Amino acid sequence: MKLFPTGTLTGMLIVLKRLFRSYPNDIQENIKAKSLFKATSPGVASERASVYQKGLITVEYPEVKLKPPENFRFIPFLVYEPVLDAADKPIVDAATGKEEVGVERCTACGICAKVCPPQCIWIVRATGADGKPKPKASEFFIDIDVCMNCGMCVEFCPFDAIKMDNEYELAGYERHVNHIYDFDTLMKSTTYYESIKPTDYATEEAARKAKEDAKAKKAAPKGAAATKEAVEAE
Amino acid sequence: MAVLSPDQVKPAEYSKAFDGESVAALLKEGVDGAVISSSSAGIVVDSAKIVDALEWLKNSPDLAYDYFNSVTAVDWADKFEVVYHVASTVRGGPPLALKVNLNDKENPVVSSASSVYYGALQQEREVYDFFGIKFAGHPNLRRIFMWEGFEGYPLRKSYREAYYEQERKPFETRWDQGHHIINEDRTPWHDNVVYPKNFDPTVFKQQREIVRVAPTIEQGDIKAIKTQPIVVSIGPQHPSTHGVFRMMVTLDGETVMALEPVFGYLHRNHEKIGERNTFYMNIPFCDRLDYLCGMSMETGYVLAVEKMMGIKPPERVEYIRVIMNEFTRIVSHMFGGIGQVYSDLGAFFTPIVIYGLEERELVLDLFESASGSRMMCNYMRFGGVWKDLPEGWLDVAHELAHNRLPRVVDEMEKYLVHNEIFDLRAKNVGVLPPDLALSYGVSGPMLRGSGVKYDIRRADPYGIYDRFDFDIPVGTNGDIYDRMWCRIQEIRESIKILQQALKGIPTGEIQAGKKAYSFKVPKGDVYAHIEAPRGDFGWYVVSDNNATPYRYHIRAADFINLATMEQMCVGHKIGDMVGVLGSVDIIMGSVDR
Repeated sequence: MKLFPTGTLTGMLIVLKRLFRSYPNDIQENIKAKSLFKATSPGVASERASVYQKGLITVEYPEVKLKPPENFRFIPFLVYEPVLDAADKPIVDAATGKEEVGVERCTACGICAKVCPPQCIWIVRATGADGKPKPKASEFFIDIDVCMNCGMCVEFCPFDAIKMDNEYELAGYERHVNHIYDFDTLMKSTTYYESIKPTDYATEEAARKAKEDAKAKKAAPKGAAATKEAVEAE
Repeated sequence: MAVLSPDQVKPAEYSKAFDGESVAALLKEGVDGAVISSSSAGIVVDSAKIVDALEWLKNSPDLAYDYFNSVTAVDWADKFEVVYHVASTVRGGPPLALKVNLNDKENPVVSSASSVYYGALQQEREVYDFFGIKFAGHPNLRRIFMWEGFEGYPLRKSYREAYYEQERKPFETRWDQGHHIINEDRTPWHDNVVYPKNFDPTVFKQQREIVRVAPTIEQGDIKAIKTQPIVVSIGPQHPSTHGVFRMMVTLDGETVMALEPVFGYLHRNHEKIGERNTFYMNIPFCDRLDYLCGMSMETGYVLAVEKMMGIKPPERVEYIRVIMNEFTRIVSHMFGGIGQVYSDLGAFFTPIVIYGLEERELVLDLFESASGSRMMCNYMRFGGVWKDLPEGWLDVAHELAHNRLPRVVDEMEKYLVHNEIFDLRAKNVGVLPPDLALSYGVSGPMLRGSGVKYDIRRADPYGIYDRFDFDIPVGTNGDIYDRMWCRIQEIRESIKILQQALKGIPTGEIQAGKKAYSFKVPKGDVYAHIEAPRGDFGWYVVSDNNATPYRYHIRAADFINLATMEQMCVGHKIGDMVGVLGSVDIIMGSVDR
C-alpha cells in the first residue's frame, strides 16, 4: 500500500461534493417555509426528483406522496357510469354517500378471468328468471393477494369495464376478509377513472363516441327499434 | 456514430457458421455411429455415444464447441429426451442442440458430460432433481433444489404440485360459476406432501459432509491441516448472501478449504408454473426471475416465442427493446454489480451503493411511466410492446443518456478505480482462469472479466444489436477487480448504444399483427438466448401445438456462474469469500427459479 492513499482521498472528496450539492435546495425550501422540519411539498418534490436535479432528495413519505404516472397500475377495479343530474354531476345518495350506479359496464364475458396469469379473478354469471344467462355478473371476486398487477385483464377487456387502480397502500390485518375484493368494493365510477387516467379516458371515450355515431348512422332508419333493444338489454 | 440502416448492417465478426446438418455430417465422420438423425435445428445422438460426441465437438479445431450452454430434459409420453446446448466462443453463432432419447422411462440413465464440461456438474444435478434421470459417472448426483427427503420428480408430467387444479390454465372454476374459494382451503397442505416410502422424520438426517467436486483445485492451495477443520453454514439468512442462499464452508482457521453452495430456498418451480400457463401468461412471470432486470427477462422469453411463431416486430419496437434492455443493464450493474459488491467488501451501504440507487430510481421512474410498474414491468409482447412511450419520455431518456449517466459513471470510476482499499481487497482475489470459466459455462461480466471476449449481442446477435457500434470490454486477471472494471466499462458501452438508439428511433407501429390472449404455437422447440446483465440467459421452449408450452426451461446465468464459487474461494480468507460471492452478482429469483 502506498504511504499516501490518494485514491481513497479522491473518493472522499466525491462524497463531500455530493454532500454539499444536496443541501442548498433544502435550505432554500426551509427558509421559504420558515421552519426547519417542514416536509417538502409534493410539487417541489416531484420537480426535484427528476433527472435534472444534482443533489439527493428525500421524499418524506407518507407525509408527502409523489403522484404516480398515468400508466401506473395496481389492482384492478370495475368501472360504472354514474347517473347524472341536469348539471352533469353524479347523483349521490345522501344516506350512504355513494354515487348512484347507472350503467355497469361489465357483462361477465369472462375474458379477464381467462387471461389472468395467477387466476385471481372469480366470476359468476347472472341468470335471469327464465334460467338464461344475462350479461351481468352476480358475483365478482378479485383476490388481491394473488393478483400480480400485470394489467392483462385491462388489456383484453372488450368493454373498457375493468381498469387498473392507483391505490397502493393496501396493507391489512386480515387476509381472508379484507383482501378479497367483492363486486361492491371493486366498483368505481368513470369520474374516478377520469381523475387518475385522463389520457386513457379521453381516447377511450372518443373511440366509443365514434363507434356509437357510426352505429347510429347505420341504424338511423330503424332507430326506434334499436333503442328499444338497448333498453331491453339493460 | 450513427445507427446503420438494415441493409448496411455490418458483417458479423464471426464468419464460419454451422447449422445442425453440416455439424452432423462432420460428426458422423468423427465419432462412429453417434448421429441417429439430424435437422437444421439439432442432432439426435445415440445415448451411448453422447460423451464421445461432446468431446469430439469440443476438441475439433473447426467446430470448437468450447462453451457449455445448458442441459435439460423433456418428459414425452414414451421417452425422456435429454437436450444439450453447446456453443463456440471462438466462432460465435447460435448454440447447437444435441438430443438424446432415453426410452427406458422406469430407469433412465445416460453418461455424465461432466468429464467434458464442468458446467454439466451442476446442471445435471438439476435434471436429476426434476426428472429423475441418472447421470452415470457424475461424482455428486444429489438433489439440488429439492430437499433430500423429497418424493417424486417435479417436472415429470405425472407430478402434481400442491394446490393442483388442472393441467392447463385457464381454470374452469374461475368463470361462469366462479364461486370464490380460498386456495388453501381447497387442498389442505398435508394432503399434498408425499414422503418417500420408509421415511421416518424422527430419524431422518440431512447429508452434512461436504462432497468435494471441484476437480482442478491444486492441493498446494490447501495448507497442511494443523487445526481441526470446521464446517460453517453461511446463510440462508445472511446479509451477504443476496437473498436466501446458503454455503457450506469448510474452514481451516480463517482459510476456506472447501465450499458447497446449497440452493432451493426460493425455489417455486417457475418451469412447472410456465407449463401450466398459456404462452401469454408467462410474460409477467418472467419479470419475477431476475427481478433487477425484468425487462431483459421478458425480452428473452418474447424472442423465443417470436422465433417459434415467425413474428417480426416492427422497427420502433426493436428500438424500444434495445433502449429498455440497455437501461436495465445500466441500473442492474450500478446497483447489483458494482454497488452491492462494494458493500460486500466492507463498505456497507456507503455512498457508492446509494449513488447507484439514485440513478436507478430515475431509470425506474422511466420504466414506471412507460410500462406502469418499476420492476415487474410486463412491457414486452409477442411482436410488440404493451403501449407506446408516453409524451416526453424520450426527452428524459435523452437527458439521462447524454448528460447524467456519463457524468455519474465517470464519478463512479473515479471513486472505485485506484482506490487503495478497494485494490487491496479486490485484486488477485477470487481468480477464475479463462479455461475454467469456459468449461463451467460462466457468462456475462464474469466470463469477460476472465479475458474471454464473448458477448451474445455480438456472437449471436438478436433484435437489432448488429446495427450498433459498441465494444466488448474484457479483463485480464479474472479477479473481483476485473469483473467490476468490466461492469463499469459495460455501462459506458450501454450508454453508447442508448445514444445511438435514441437518435435512430423511428415512429410507427408498436405491434405486429393482432394481439390475442390465447393462441396455438406451432409444434417444435426453440432456444433463444440474450445477453442479460448477469450473463447468458436462455429460454428453451417446446410446443406441442397447444396454447400452453409443453416444456419451458430457463438457463439462468447466475445459477451457472455460482458453480465456480469453490474454485474461486479455496485458499482465500472467509472475508474474501463474501466479496467473491458479491462479484458473481447473483439474484436468487433466477438462481432458484
